[in-house]
Amino acid sequence: MTEQLALLPEYLTAHLQLTLVALLLGITFSVPLGMFITRLGWIKQPIMGCASVIQTIPSLALLAIMVPVLASLNLQSIGYLPAIIGLTLYSILPILRNTVAGLESVDPALIEAARGVGMTPAQQLRRVELPVAMPVIVAGIRTATVWTVGIATLATPVGATSLGNYIFTGLQTRNFTAVLVGCVAASILALVLDGLVRALEVAAQRRNRALAVAVLGVFGVLCLFAGAPIARNLFSQSRDRITIGAKTFTEQYILSEIMARTIHEETGLDTTVMQSLGSTVAFDALRTGGLDVYVDYSGTIWATIMKRDQLPDDRTEVLSAVARYLADEHGIVQVGALGFENAYALAMRERQASNLGIRRISDLTPHAPRLSMGGDYEFFGRPEWRDIRDAYGLHFASKRSMDSSLMYQAAANGSIDVISAFSTDGRIAALNLRVLEDDRGVIPPYDAVILVSPVLARKHPAVVESLRRLVGTIDADRMRQMNLSVDELGRTPADVAAEFLREGALTPLRRSQSN
Amino acid sequence: MIELQNVTKRYGETVAVDGVSLTVTEGELLVLLGDSGSGKTTTLKMVNRLIDATSGVIRLDGEDVREVPEHILRRRVGYVFQKVGLFPHMTVAENIAITPKLLGWEASTIQRRVNELLEMVELDPAVMRERRPTELSGGQQQRVGVARALAATPKVMLLDEPFGALDPLTRDRLQHSFMRIRKENHLTAIFVTHDMVEALILGDRIAVMRAGRLVQIGTPHELMVEPTDEYVQQLMGTPKRQAHLVDELMAKGPQ
Repeated sequence: MTEQLALLPEYLTAHLQLTLVALLLGITFSVPLGMFITRLGWIKQPIMGCASVIQTIPSLALLAIMVPVLASLNLQSIGYLPAIIGLTLYSILPILRNTVAGLESVDPALIEAARGVGMTPAQQLRRVELPVAMPVIVAGIRTATVWTVGIATLATPVGATSLGNYIFTGLQTRNFTAVLVGCVAASILALVLDGLVRALEVAAQRRNRALAVAVLGVFGVLCLFAGAPIARNLFSQSRDRITIGAKTFTEQYILSEIMARTIHEETGLDTTVMQSLGSTVAFDALRTGGLDVYVDYSGTIWATIMKRDQLPDDRTEVLSAVARYLADEHGIVQVGALGFENAYALAMRERQASNLGIRRISDLTPHAPRLSMGGDYEFFGRPEWRDIRDAYGLHFASKRSMDSSLMYQAAANGSIDVISAFSTDGRIAALNLRVLEDDRGVIPPYDAVILVSPVLARKHPAVVESLRRLVGTIDADRMRQMNLSVDELGRTPADVAAEFLREGALTPLRRSQSN
Repeated sequence: MIELQNVTKRYGETVAVDGVSLTVTEGELLVLLGDSGSGKTTTLKMVNRLIDATSGVIRLDGEDVREVPEHILRRRVGYVFQKVGLFPHMTVAENIAITPKLLGWEASTIQRRVNELLEMVELDPAVMRERRPTELSGGQQQRVGVARALAATPKVMLLDEPFGALDPLTRDRLQHSFMRIRKENHLTAIFVTHDMVEALILGDRIAVMRAGRLVQIGTPHELMVEPTDEYVQQLMGTPKRQAHLVDELMAKGPQ
């Protein structure tokens, strides 16, 4: 709990910053747009239609879709920018709809009276229509505030820190304290911001200057609080920050911490970790320089990025082909393999497997039509699954995508028969699951490799050197054991990473590497 | 002072006001009398261009109203609305101060004027200034409406059935207040109503409108004595018939 709360200032300021900026942009865009379209009748329906369509896009998808869109425009494609754009788009509808509804609900008799006393159209709008419509508009802003605070938790997968970091890492590492802290903090923040907007409205209605000043003061403090990291970054611009990425599973969290600490200790440079990135989000970000370092797997790059299907016989052959491809096509430096493989594997309950006599995937084929299959979010969309399915002729009774951390539990308790497991996951052994042999050699090798962005490799060769010391230091057993420490023993990835480095596991291998 | 020359308003095929010509001299109160749909309110609104005439000329003080920017024109003309139209987000004082404020009067002058006007419409400034329109009775609201119309000392005032929605007693009091105010301020006014008695009490002259046309214009006495057609005759006869009925009722005594 205490270690979770220690993260609160960072996550909360980032969350607040996203929310406030998105809301301000949303208001400055939507209120004038609402005024404009109530005056120009014919344009109203198409514009409201567009806003409604944006709203129907699932929020996670809306944020995620910003990544390739921005990348194609050569803009910062992960982190702050896509999150802000997505959140702003999402805040438009409630504010716009209420602005239009508020303005249209103004009694025509009042508008005639405003004309009658000699107001120009602009004065009518500013002195009569807007003030009279204000309660309805503010109601829209309050709706948008609550939504934005909630949806900002989904900024984490596109690389912007938020209270969602608690929720995403918490779910992946089965740390429900973290999930709870994230949810409670987001709820409280939503209530506080909503209350402040309401208080401001009351102050305006009652012409209570003291209350208005107080509320604006609180907003000011919140803005300062949220803006402090930006200001700090501005002042410390000369100091580079190395950004390390982690995909959405335990192993990635641990490795990103290990790399962050290693870089900091060896080079003295500051580091930040961007957690819970989608797989291709991370690669795109590294390619365009939004991300400096992360760990990917040779087979993943082979299959999803190079889109090859012919497998070489040899693990090292894949590794060197991937390294060549990355360097030639994208200028990405493959620092080296960490020493373990984390392969996709099909796994099922030990007892069921032995009852049915299934040892290899080809044994599974005749039983598949009576079995259910579970995969992580990516799995069924990946070329590896297509290759496995086609090579073995697998046709399952049902297929289900689910969170990978819940998948193992579902397999263990019998809700699902076969799962797409990661070979380094400690839970395979802990939950008594059997990994089926890939007897036709369809699944590529998945050596964990450290990748460095072209920009970083050019600017900080020392970072590349420091990371080289991690090459070959983690074998599959070690990784499995560290994963289990987080997933089943409830330790934090940072803690496990620190222990790994403290034990000096690097030292002997490091010497042999540097020779 | 106010001059309408062959003024017509068309909405597509329908003719709302058909070739109306009339003149209101300085200090005079002309009542526009007619049923709903007779074009009386449209005629009134064309004077300060809340509605623009399709053809014809309207002059205020000799100046064609189309040559003055709309909002400038309206600041010179007091207008009292049938639906009152006080702004709910402003206090009574702020409602009254609108037009002077738009004209850029000094704050202290405006404050003095607001108090003066509240007293003129028989409301206590100390009590009423900071009230919201929703806290007032219907009669009080329309008193504020009259004060707001008078705020920038207009020479011309236009009133659109201002007392139509009030109960008889309140209406009676407001009519009397208004008669006094108009004398004190030497106002030139057009007053729209469909109430025959109100027309007789308030009007120096009455213009009877029907189906967009001006049927007859004259003093109440002229209209009574020499109605030009049956409609005017019937219309002018109603107060008498009603008074007659009341007399009969009284003659019967208690039953």
